[in-house]
Amino acid sequence: MVPLEYYLTLSAVIFAIGVLGVLTSRNLIVIFMSIEIMLNAGNLALIAFSRALGDVSGHAFVFIVFAVAAAEAAVGLAIILAVFRNRESVNADDFNIMRW
Amino acid sequence: MEFPQIDYVAILPEIIICGLALLIMLFAAFLPRDRRWITGHIAWFGIIVASFAVWMNWGTDTRTFAGMYSIDLFSSVLKLIFLLGSLLVVFMSENYIRLHKLEAGEYYALIIFSLFGMMMMASAADLVVFFVGLEIMSVALYVLAGFRRSDPKSNESSLKYFLLGAFATGFIVLGIAFVFGAVGTTSIAQMFDPQQYTLANSFFYLMVGGGLLLIGLAFKLASFPFHMWVPDVYEGAPTAVTAFMSSGPKAAAIAVLARVFVVAFGQHITQLSPMFWSLSVLTMFTGNLIAISQTNIKRMLAYSSIAHAGYMLIAFATGTAEAVNSVVFYLLTYTVMNLGAFMVLLVVEGKEDGDNEITSFTGLGRRHPFLGAAMTLFLISLAGIPPTAGFAGKFFLFKAAVAKGQIPLVVIAVINSLISVYYYLRVVVVMFMIDTQTEFRPVSYPAFLYVALVVAVLGTIVLGVFPTSFFPFDIPLLASGR
Repeated sequence: MVPLEYYLTLSAVIFAIGVLGVLTSRNLIVIFMSIEIMLNAGNLALIAFSRALGDVSGHAFVFIVFAVAAAEAAVGLAIILAVFRNRESVNADDFNIMRW
Repeated sequence: MEFPQIDYVAILPEIIICGLALLIMLFAAFLPRDRRWITGHIAWFGIIVASFAVWMNWGTDTRTFAGMYSIDLFSSVLKLIFLLGSLLVVFMSENYIRLHKLEAGEYYALIIFSLFGMMMMASAADLVVFFVGLEIMSVALYVLAGFRRSDPKSNESSLKYFLLGAFATGFIVLGIAFVFGAVGTTSIAQMFDPQQYTLANSFFYLMVGGGLLLIGLAFKLASFPFHMWVPDVYEGAPTAVTAFMSSGPKAAAIAVLARVFVVAFGQHITQLSPMFWSLSVLTMFTGNLIAISQTNIKRMLAYSSIAHAGYMLIAFATGTAEAVNSVVFYLLTYTVMNLGAFMVLLVVEGKEDGDNEITSFTGLGRRHPFLGAAMTLFLISLAGIPPTAGFAGKFFLFKAAVAKGQIPLVVIAVINSLISVYYYLRVVVVMFMIDTQTEFRPVSYPAFLYVALVVAVLGTIVLGVFPTSFFPFDIPLLASGR
């Protein structure tokens, strides 16, 4: 059996890839994809823990995270679309009207 | 297979609020555009009915849905604060959405859905319920922030709020995963039992999970260093929505922080306290110092809300039940006075929006004494000067912190309050003491906004003068359950 730590390390690596993607990429769609990767890293950790503990509530929670991610994707893509209609751009650098 | 008992009376307020939102969506779909104003009336009426339902459950101390949903005094008080805030926002919006042609009926439905999410967060006795509540609240708010679809500022606000909010969600999911792994349960009530640590590295997982959860919640609370979205989102969102965003979600995040970091991780308070201590100090200074240089009043109020998040974090550095009770009272006062300030802003903003500069208040106090006086009251209350609600809120919070020996933190908070007087009173000076050639243009405020303004003024005074007669200061933090 693969030890729990391996799964958690994988999850941490995927999460870090997601965070880096959000922080470095300039395309809104790519940023959004990176956020989905972060959520899936969380799911992986949940499943791994659930398996290690022999408790299914972690599995059940993963389904809830799926549902939430789908709701967020629906709203998020709609927002990106609304923004694109006004600006004809999905480059994050173009959205800087407001600055302190 | 056994199904958990569901106590439908206990969750009546949530049922009413959720039904209300669905009803409004239904109405909005079938009503012609010139009749959509009806949805606003359904909204405020429904919120009042739900408040009665909360009041009916007053004193109930139970956990339903297999112990995942806690109905207790703590959640009831918070729910009343959310309901009051939303009621005032619905009253404020009446005129605003007509002036700005936002009469899509979903406006109120989204506000009520967001309210539903907050109520779920207040009652969450399980991290899963908290997560679902948080997302219901946030997703509705992302849409509300971008409700002025043709306005690039509103677009940008919505986009930034969504991306950073979803980013925070990622942290929260991983945080919940690690906390679950560490203690083997997602139930907040069962977490403080150290026997639950079953895996080899449980304590390490708990610290990682707790830290990730804190990052996610700090985003929602607008605490340093995760406050960068606040000014942009507040400035770009429709003003009535900004008012809503500045009060409710913050209170909901505080409720969850209290349940998770004071109840569930209560035995680790000595490790957690320094972290909250530094978060609190940094948040206060960031909010107050940057607010000084703001010329746009919405941005100023955004930085002021960051500073207030800093004051609220004092309660978690203290970590006692008394401190949490006083932070709940603080939330009540903050909701009343902050929404009041936004109401005046809404009236002054009028039809030609976009100009929210502080200079647009020039001469307001002379031409419209009531508005000027009300704004002055809200601002001195935000600064924490007696005999207003803001002072009472700070007083109880600082008292609880001093009782636990957090004297340096309280001294820093008082210094910050003094800094904040500068930028709040600058608006008062502009309103009353600057001579202008041109008279301030006439403003109109319809009955609903007027009622809301009077409620906010009375609330600010009454909570400041008689705080203890309206607020129970001995709220247990979690239902003992069955």
